[in-house]
Amino acid sequence: MKARVIVTLKTGVLDPQGKAIEGALRSLGIEGVDSVRQGKVFEVELAGTDRASAEAALKTACDRLLANTVIENWRIEFA
Amino acid sequence: MKAAVVVFPGSNRERDVGRALRDVTGHEPHYAWHADPVLPAGTDLVVLPGGFSYGDYLRCGAIAGRAAIMDAVRGHAARGGLVLGICNGFQILVESGLLPGVLMRNAGLKFACRMQHLRVERADTAFTRRYAAGQVIEVCIAHGEGNYVADDTTIARLEGDGLVAFRYCDSDGVVGGAANPNGSINAIAGIYSPSRTILGMMPHPENLIDPLVGGTDGRGLFESIAA
Repeated sequence: MKARVIVTLKTGVLDPQGKAIEGALRSLGIEGVDSVRQGKVFEVELAGTDRASAEAALKTACDRLLANTVIENWRIEFA
Repeated sequence: MKAAVVVFPGSNRERDVGRALRDVTGHEPHYAWHADPVLPAGTDLVVLPGGFSYGDYLRCGAIAGRAAIMDAVRGHAARGGLVLGICNGFQILVESGLLPGVLMRNAGLKFACRMQHLRVERADTAFTRRYAAGQVIEVCIAHGEGNYVADDTTIARLEGDGLVAFRYCDSDGVVGGAANPNGSINAIAGIYSPSRTILGMMPHPENLIDPLVGGTDGRGLFESIAA
């Protein structure tokens, strides 16, 4: 079973990397980009087919490792 | 004073802090492997050294913060044992929950590698009793993710309870401004746990212990611990 975990910065957390990327897009001449915030995507392959237990395992993975819940949010998408 | 320095894959300043401890106590510390489930009996001080544990993969200190030995470190801390986290070690302490807040990318985005003045905020802890309160010391920093960030409640508590250990300052002791290398809130360079037995700091006192490198202001921290 394939799942995708998306980890993003909470609103209001300073993201200088995102700002640097904004500047780089601007200097490439790409117009109309108001803001960029950088996050992470984890592509996870899980054994088994039970969606509920996969979600539970991924929730634990997010809370305990994949996201620093002080400054990051996470969400799970299933293929 | 028995010390254990934890070594993670990618730690690189364990020998530096080992040298500082040897200089001050007369013997090498025990080097503990990250996968060891226990620390040596009678350990007084656990050090989490600087470096790039696990290549800074995922987040700095994130994987090390979940290493097998960290349960033993937590137990040691709960019994009142001293814990010193330097640079990556500070990152590991916040990732493991032993200290609050988070160390983020330097606000200016550049890796800061330079000499740095610090103000010693209080001199009544196991780590600073050989300094004076308000003393300005000069050590060095070498980090890309040293920007200390925490929510307002945590910052208020750290400030209110006197848990800020060091602040970035200039040679006159003036805090902040250009003297803050990474944008840390309130120019915080290091913090204590409520019991002041856990210290996390971004700068490297262990590298300023020998006149050969141009300064010995870091010795006071190790002399304090050994006292």
